[in-house]
Amino acid sequence: MTPSTTSRNFKRHKLLRAVIPLAFWLGVWQLAAFLVDLRTNGHGALLLPYPMLVAQRLRLLAVQPAFWQAAAVTLGRIFGGFAVGAAVGALVAAATSALRAADWVLTPAVKVIRAIPVASFIVLVLLWAPSSGWVPAIVSGLMVLPVLWGNVSKGVAQTDPLLLEAARAYRFGRGKTLRLVYLPSVLPYFASGCATGLGLAWKAGVAAEVLCQPKLAIGTQLYRAKITLETPDLFAWTAVVIVLSFLLEYVLGFLFRRLGGGKT
Amino acid sequence: MISVKDITVRFEEKTVLDHFSLELPEEGITALSGPSGCGKTTLLRVLAGLQPVEGGTVTAPKPPVILFQENRLLPWRTVEQHITDVLPRSRREEAGRWLALAELEGEERTYPAALSGGMGRRLALARTLACGGGLLLLDEPFTGVDAPRAARILDRVRQLGMPVVLSSHEAEVVALCDRVIELSGPPLHQT
Repeated sequence: MTPSTTSRNFKRHKLLRAVIPLAFWLGVWQLAAFLVDLRTNGHGALLLPYPMLVAQRLRLLAVQPAFWQAAAVTLGRIFGGFAVGAAVGALVAAATSALRAADWVLTPAVKVIRAIPVASFIVLVLLWAPSSGWVPAIVSGLMVLPVLWGNVSKGVAQTDPLLLEAARAYRFGRGKTLRLVYLPSVLPYFASGCATGLGLAWKAGVAAEVLCQPKLAIGTQLYRAKITLETPDLFAWTAVVIVLSFLLEYVLGFLFRRLGGGKT
Repeated sequence: MISVKDITVRFEEKTVLDHFSLELPEEGITALSGPSGCGKTTLLRVLAGLQPVEGGTVTAPKPPVILFQENRLLPWRTVEQHITDVLPRSRREEAGRWLALAELEGEERTYPAALSGGMGRRLALARTLACGGGLLLLDEPFTGVDAPRAARILDRVRQLGMPVVLSSHEAEVVALCDRVIELSGPPLHQT
């Protein structure tokens, strides 16, 4: 088998791995929508619309500038909140791992943030934030912070003590030890925390938009679809959230693979 | 003179060195030989200043540099980066010299995962030598390295002119050293 044949087979396998599950679940959705339609005497679209109907709604929405504006603003809000939450979570983890006093003071606070229900945060932040547009970003950040704190703390604790002793023996300074030992050791934990945190950020951020209803937001569109009983729109906007979430996850995964040089 | 006087090393309940004393000349290559668990690694770590001792005194040229029993390579750094990481910025072009000493030419861009056991050991040795110091402590430096190559590398190490204390199980390596200190079984008590 030549290398080009192997490469072609690999690409074909990758394509099938993506297409077959998608086709299977679309089939399940189609069948379920058909059964619901049957049970509701042709009013099934109110409860579970057909995939094709959702695709048509999505196509109609996509030609409106407001659709792209809402998607872009939501993406910006959630990514902004996620990025700040991830950075603060990592910094707090570095502080609580390095300094006992910081551990005593900050660890209980982070654990409380982790335990607070997202609905409480949304309502509280809505009361405190200068405008409703800030709430989804702040809530997303607060959801991500404890996840990153937990993962990065674990990464620091799991850093190989033999490598740290070697760094001392070979007279690495603090900066070099941080750059050559700690950061590469923690990177997989940070990346894993980001993957988990990103999902949480989308869930919490869109929920916050539904409750706060900023002018341009996917969550606001979801709420409107709900009160007008436009279930296909609800599905269409949900599909947009899923696509944006996958896109962001893919970009972050790509960046982490580049950062790790494929060696971590 | 390299000396340890009346030192005791304990790991929880286990005593590895018990009021142990030893003097070594500050030149040439000294081999520590003895059965597994007799305290060779502990003694090297004491000389490197990495192992706390109870009482006694330790006198050794500063700074010591140690090749650990494990390679302790960084999976995310290339062969060449392992050497440049321990060299000051002004001496980074010396990396090739240290890699040549350990017979690792052509492997500059290889990552540790792609090295054989013997190559990894030679890289760890090259890094230790590049780091430099007043006393070279080598814990089983030629594990997985074939005897003729080990002999060639040890000869190059000798030419560096640094005092060397090494531990080894390999008779061929021990035979090439200037003197051999035979250590008895645990707990080690030698005066």
